[in-house]
Amino acid sequence: MEFYRSHVLVCAGTGCTSSDSQLVRRELLKQLAEKGLDKEIKVVETGCFGFCNLGPIMVVYPEGTFYCQVKTQDVNEIVEEHFIKGRPVQRLLYHEPDKETRTLEFDNIEFFRHQKRVALANCGHINPEVIEEYIARDGYFALAKVLHEMTPQEVIDVIKKSGLRGRGGGGFPTGVKWEFASKSQGDQKYVVCNADEGDPGAFMDRSVLEGDPHAVLEAMAIAGYAIGANQGYIYVRAEYPIAVERLQTAIKQARELGLLGKNIFSKGFDFDIDIRLGAGAFVCGEETALLTSIEGRRGEPRPRPPFPAVAGLWGKPTIINNVETFANVPPIIRNGWEWFASMGTEKSKGTKVFALAGKINNTGLIEVPMGTTLRTIIYDIGGGIPKGKKFKAAQTGGPSGGCIPAELLDIEIDYDNLTAIGSMMGSGGLIVMDEDNCMVDIARFFLEFTQDESCGKCPPCRIGTKRMLEILTKITEGKGTPEDLTNLETLAKTIKNASLCGLGQTAPNPVLSTLRYFRHEYEAHIYDKKCPAGVCQALLTYKILAEKCRGCGLCARNCPTNAISGKVKEPYVIDVEKCIKCGACLEKCKFAAVIKE
Amino acid sequence: MRSLEELKAIKEKAEKTISVRENTGASTITVAMGTCGISNGAREVLTAVIEELNTRGLANIHVTQTGCPGLCHKEPIVTVTVPGKNPYMYGKVTPENVKKIIVQHIVNNQPVTEWLVNLEE
Ligand SMILES: Cc1cc2nc3c(=O)[nH]c(=O)nc-3n(C[C@H](O)[C@H](O)[C@H](O)COP(=O)(O)O)c2cc1C
Ligand code: SF4
Ligand code: SF4
Ligand code: SF4
Ligand code: FES
Ligand code: FES
Repeated sequence: MEFYRSHVLVCAGTGCTSSDSQLVRRELLKQLAEKGLDKEIKVVETGCFGFCNLGPIMVVYPEGTFYCQVKTQDVNEIVEEHFIKGRPVQRLLYHEPDKETRTLEFDNIEFFRHQKRVALANCGHINPEVIEEYIARDGYFALAKVLHEMTPQEVIDVIKKSGLRGRGGGGFPTGVKWEFASKSQGDQKYVVCNADEGDPGAFMDRSVLEGDPHAVLEAMAIAGYAIGANQGYIYVRAEYPIAVERLQTAIKQARELGLLGKNIFSKGFDFDIDIRLGAGAFVCGEETALLTSIEGRRGEPRPRPPFPAVAGLWGKPTIINNVETFANVPPIIRNGWEWFASMGTEKSKGTKVFALAGKINNTGLIEVPMGTTLRTIIYDIGGGIPKGKKFKAAQTGGPSGGCIPAELLDIEIDYDNLTAIGSMMGSGGLIVMDEDNCMVDIARFFLEFTQDESCGKCPPCRIGTKRMLEILTKITEGKGTPEDLTNLETLAKTIKNASLCGLGQTAPNPVLSTLRYFRHEYEAHIYDKKCPAGVCQALLTYKILAEKCRGCGLCARNCPTNAISGKVKEPYVIDVEKCIKCGACLEKCKFAAVIKE
Repeated sequence: MRSLEELKAIKEKAEKTISVRENTGASTITVAMGTCGISNGAREVLTAVIEELNTRGLANIHVTQTGCPGLCHKEPIVTVTVPGKNPYMYGKVTPENVKKIIVQHIVNNQPVTEWLVNLEE
């Protein structure tokens, strides 16, 4: 055994890797070796901390000092000051938004303080490429427990009683799904992990795979034991190269230690896992399309029933669960269903990971107990809205979801509450919007996404979403009519009822929910030909305020269409006919004399 | 994996390596590394601490550094903190003393009175 006085955890997640955390790590290794500190200080690569926009992230233990945005040029100072003299480098510590102070320890940062990590418990703590580090944190003990002490039915009962619901979007009770598959007859059964993660902006599944791949492997083996399957597949998109690589390493190590393969723990249970790469079509995340894709055919949905639990991969009973769902399984087995069921709300137990994005100070990945209010997430964890702007809405559930307006900031977030207000949990994307976001434009954005990703198999989805998108575009261009609103609603209902798969059935949600809470914005576009948020270009006019204009002429020199004219030292004017609304004048004017309205 | 015992053995070994990262109420040995500490041999003391912990296979003990405690004439200074007890500060520590401090204070829980810094002095 080697004792190191200090461990430096350098984030090797996708976010930090793209901000060059690997260069920082190599520089650190080099300088530690030069100073003869490499036997004292160990550098460990780890998974995402959730604070990716401040990457590269580095945490020094035992103190737990949290450094962000560390560049290769900073390494020398960290080595000289922190590792040789024991003085943390103040300027690299985390700065709370709107506060003077810098925070030294990881645990005291507001962003982390309000979180409760179950699925992400190991992310940022262990080296995902070293199976022993996972084992040190009780990894594979849940698998050992089920094989030694529990019958398959007992495993299913524990999962049922824990109240775990699918984190892939629908929130179907996981234990119930497992029970269906266990009761299905079949000489061969399968366990599939859905790691397709198609929601724009969501990256929780990727972070679990990159930061704690063994948790997923262990859970899949437990599921295999519970339903009587001996083969698992992880369907992961090829755009996640780091996740794929870590999974491959993890599978190899688990096989070497005999935690996958034949006769695990000498209990006569065999289980192995293979990886299947997806091309990254959104519809391939839908379970029946995903299974078809694993079978080597074009990933198109098929009608259910029969459900995969009855006839899945190659017609055999199959359970398909999301990455985050699986990541919750080992801790439930280890700590008991009572522990899990003690967190969350009455009908949604445990925690949920969200990807915070949009107009919020702390963007990143967070995990909170179900039932946490939107207010806590946005203001305490997220650090509020930048530049003192006003909160307008939070969009949850990705392209299948809806918006939560400011009046509902105190809603306790769980599956049922979100559905009740016309939104959705989805996979956990949470996009914050402020007064500068136009809700019609947002609805158009999501509809454009689903319209693009529709597989085209059934007409309501293929043609209906296209029609809806046309209407929305028309409204944002100022050509909307009152009938457009009624048409939108009729189309939405038809598409919801008549589409074959979940993509079409949920595609109208963003439109319906914005119509519900922000109808006045649609009406402003249609009746007043105005975009209240100042987003929709066609409805804006650029103007120069005569009383503020100093007549410097800078705007005129930068206007690409010579739409601005005037005499030096006198107020300039914009010719709206010539103006192409590029915004150059507004950006250039040093006296805030140009406005758009 | 043949048995639970095998898994436990791996865990025990690996736990020691990652214990540095856990906040488990570990004892802490702090070496003062201000300018005069370093020039009086604090680095050698720190190295000796790590070597001794390694030889004895003691995990779950944190080794940290601190800046100038303002007692230049006592450097190198080492502080030992056992959870739930007052911290003890040792002065004029040499690499040889380190061994005795670790055995007596950390292993046997008996502070070594002769090298304690008496703040009243
Ligand atoms: C269009 C569409 C896309 C989906 N994409 C994903 C996805 O990317 N990841 C995922 O886990 N589930 C996705 N789902 C849900 C899956 O069909 C399935 O319900 C889920 O993987 C089941 O796992 P769970 O019970 O653990 O949530 C999608 C569903 C639809 C309709
Ligand atoms: S609803 Fe849309 S995505 Fe789903 S099968 Fe029909 S056309 Fe394809
Ligand atoms: S840049 Fe501003 S101040 Fe100068 S002429 Fe244009 S509007 Fe007036
Ligand atoms: S918005 Fe662009 S085109 Fe219009 S006046 Fe300003 S600079 Fe000219
Ligand atoms: S990838 Fe480093 S914090 Fe997320
Ligand atoms: S540097 Fe040693 S007491 Fe100040």
